[in-house]
Amino acid sequence: MRPRTVKLSLLGSLGFLFCGLPAFAQASASTTAQQIAQLQSQIANAQMSADNSWMLVSSALVLLMTGPGLALYYSGLVRKKNVLATMMQSFAMMAIITVIWGLVGYSLAFSSGTAFIGGLQHAFLHGVGLAPDPAYAATIPIQTYMVYQLMFAIITPALITGAFAERMKFSAMAVFLSLWSIFVYSPMAHMVWGKGGFLNAAMGGAFPTLDFAGGTVVHITSGVSALVCALYLGKRLGYPKEPTPPHSLVLSFIGACLLWVGWFGFNAGSALNAGPLATSAFVNTQFATATAALAWAGAEWVHRGKPTVLGGISGAVAGLVAITPAAGFVQPMSAFVIGAIAGLFCYFMVTRVKSWFGYDDSLDAFGVHGAGGTIGAILTGIFASSSINPIFKSASGATLPSGVIEGNWHQLINQFVGVAIAWGISIVGTLIILKVVDLTIGLRVTPEHEDEGLDITQHGEEGYDFAS
Amino acid sequence: MQKIEAIIQPSKLDAVKQALLDAGIEGMTILEARGHGRQKGHTEFYRGREYTVDLLPKIKIETVVPDEMLDKAVEAILAAARTGKIGDGKIFISKIDEAIRIRNDERGPTAI
Repeated sequence: MRPRTVKLSLLGSLGFLFCGLPAFAQASASTTAQQIAQLQSQIANAQMSADNSWMLVSSALVLLMTGPGLALYYSGLVRKKNVLATMMQSFAMMAIITVIWGLVGYSLAFSSGTAFIGGLQHAFLHGVGLAPDPAYAATIPIQTYMVYQLMFAIITPALITGAFAERMKFSAMAVFLSLWSIFVYSPMAHMVWGKGGFLNAAMGGAFPTLDFAGGTVVHITSGVSALVCALYLGKRLGYPKEPTPPHSLVLSFIGACLLWVGWFGFNAGSALNAGPLATSAFVNTQFATATAALAWAGAEWVHRGKPTVLGGISGAVAGLVAITPAAGFVQPMSAFVIGAIAGLFCYFMVTRVKSWFGYDDSLDAFGVHGAGGTIGAILTGIFASSSINPIFKSASGATLPSGVIEGNWHQLINQFVGVAIAWGISIVGTLIILKVVDLTIGLRVTPEHEDEGLDITQHGEEGYDFAS
Repeated sequence: MQKIEAIIQPSKLDAVKQALLDAGIEGMTILEARGHGRQKGHTEFYRGREYTVDLLPKIKIETVVPDEMLDKAVEAILAAARTGKIGDGKIFISKIDEAIRIRNDERGPTAI
């Protein structure tokens, strides 16, 4: 009996085991799936927190470029009777463009629409919530993307103010740049970065232009519009006979260094995550700026016998501008080359070409941003490397060459098309808007007011009151 | 009484002030001034634009001394302010008719 009992009980327990197995397996499978799902969601949350923190810091860094960076840089270059008015022009953009962006600007740039401008689906930030939009950035809330792009929309018109410094009415400036933001900036941003954009390289545009952080969208548009403004408004009273030396290079120096620091948010932030591409853009930004500053100051040293502070910081800004479209596409050694070329080219534009043609681009918004943006956009097509950023894929998913150094000569054509469109929309848009504002409220202050200075006549204040 | 107006290099102010004190001159007025003589200023470059800065910063010292102190005071300034290079400045001397101390209406050389 005994062995049998043992056998039976063995069988019984085996039967129990076999009966129990499927149920056990099922329970364990569902727990594992749940655990995996839970882990996936935790990983996604962690990644979103990491990327979002970098993107919020980057957004703040880009705002720092306008105020105080650009405001100090520009205001140091004007005469002291215009210091506050010049600061106020940048500051006004921080407030005015924010309102426009929330109402329609963001939607016109980034909602789907035509190949040339977005629609109004996201007007009043309708549907711009805290969930990501994978078409733009899969790991940050779309609202972060919106506010990051807002900071670009702020600095771009603020850059133009350098061309008409010391002579434009505050009211005319505010209206002109508001309209400019809607009719020039938003369409250009849509073409290069928006869904369905004509030049969008990441989303299959007709002419995929490589513009990592805004060489065409920000610097060519602002720089070329600045040239149009300088030509349309005419020279400052007494220019170039009367001297108009910078009243405080100390302010300009601080401003330029803040621009350099803020630019890490501008370029490395344009990776839209905190991953390796951000590192690449960060390093390239630093490298190109260094060689551009050396090139400009060095050229001066050779020509004039002395390396100036203004030359050093102007070169740095030229390098920052030129590396902007290339930041997330090129190798660090290419960044050295891009910076050096940009420094020399902008030096030539500012010190020679401007005096040949005789236009009064007062603070060299065209000479640095227009010229630097153009040369940077073209050099991006030459130096873009698929090992840094495999942006072009074949139908089967294989990585295709990016720039001329990898044999993709065709990219130069795409870059030229992007540059030409940026120049075209800037010239036409700026001319029309200037004409409208000129005919309605008038652009320039009276000669008496220009003589007295914009601080007193436009704002009723003085920057430096040493008597009190 | 004689008025000495000495226009000097800003960097020589302390030396001249000390020399005048050592010479027994107790009062003086210092003015920050701009000007040029034969020195004709210098050129500055901003983004390739050249500016001639011909009015250079100078210090003007004014002091009124009794007639008998004049030579001593002038020698003190000359010794302290001279570098031997162009731009060292000038000394102008003129007669003073009256000096009045505002506090007590005292008049003449003792009021200086």
